[in-house]
Amino acid sequence: MIWQLDLAILTLVVIAAIGAIAIKDLLGSAILFGAYSFMMCLLWAIMGAVDVAFTEASVGAGVSTVFFVAAVFRTTRRTKD
Amino acid sequence: MRILGIIVVILTGALLIYAMGDFPSWADPASPAHNHVSPRYIEKSLEQTSVPNIVTAVLADYRGYDTMFETTVVFAAGVVCFFLLRIPRKDEPTVRRYRHTLTGMTIRVKETRQIPPVLEEFERIDTLWAPHDLIIKTCCRILVPFLQLFGLYVIAHGHHSPGGGFQGGVILGASMILLAISHDLRTAIGRMSERVHAILCPAGVFIYAGTGALCMVLGLNFLDYGALAGILHVDPVTARSHGILIVEIGVGLAVMATMIWIYNNISSKGKYDEGL
Repeated sequence: MIWQLDLAILTLVVIAAIGAIAIKDLLGSAILFGAYSFMMCLLWAIMGAVDVAFTEASVGAGVSTVFFVAAVFRTTRRTKD
Repeated sequence: MRILGIIVVILTGALLIYAMGDFPSWADPASPAHNHVSPRYIEKSLEQTSVPNIVTAVLADYRGYDTMFETTVVFAAGVVCFFLLRIPRKDEPTVRRYRHTLTGMTIRVKETRQIPPVLEEFERIDTLWAPHDLIIKTCCRILVPFLQLFGLYVIAHGHHSPGGGFQGGVILGASMILLAISHDLRTAIGRMSERVHAILCPAGVFIYAGTGALCMVLGLNFLDYGALAGILHVDPVTARSHGILIVEIGVGLAVMATMIWIYNNISSKGKYDEGL
């Protein structure tokens, strides 16, 4: 385990997590959440948990991002209330 | 209220980080998890189940109940999405758009009077978002069979390499979702209808639970695949390996059908007409 790489990816995880919460745009939030999942997948792979990394890459970064984008696609720019 | 929330979050985070100090350090051989559970799996799983990938052996054999109810949770998620979102009625057909394939001209048809006949040179397009891109369509169509082959490989090769029912099922589902995104939702539903999802989704859970029940009928514990040795004509160790493959196939079917089902319901607002 290379600690520099580990630290860089951990920093990106934190940045992506805070960004996904703080950003106003829903689509941007969904994309940042996908980036967060992908960084977590890299972390699992670095720690040697390849099965978990595979699941995270396919479910977290892949399909759930598509679900979020599909749900955002069905929202409007302004709230109705 | 906002400041209060931030204070609570910071306090909880500080508490969690403080509690982290009591954890054993990473890869510590003296940590409790490495004392008796892990060595047993590492030493015994190959001779007990003849599965080289220990994660798969633990997931589908030693911790079979856990995986079975995970599959049930996935199935429940699909069914809940269906019941919440699906609109069965087909009334109020409002506006449809068609594209003339030769010239690229689009027309808009108000369907208050009569549904127009299907013509060869007109294709129906979505109202909100319908790019006309031959390159993307063709690339995705060529990619889909390879994705599905890879998904089947991941399910079948989970004994020897990372992967298994969940990952393979998600990849199989993603291939159909890719078809729905690159073409349109109607193409994907034409390939795999809602009825197929609704059958495959519980069928996967049924395969898993049925394998467990079959083991019980044959005289051993629930999900003890060694009982299948008589049916499969192999020794009990190989039977456990085959039993893992059978339940992984069930998991893969359930996950694949659920992923496509949820996507169809979300992207078309339950109308199954126009999607993303």
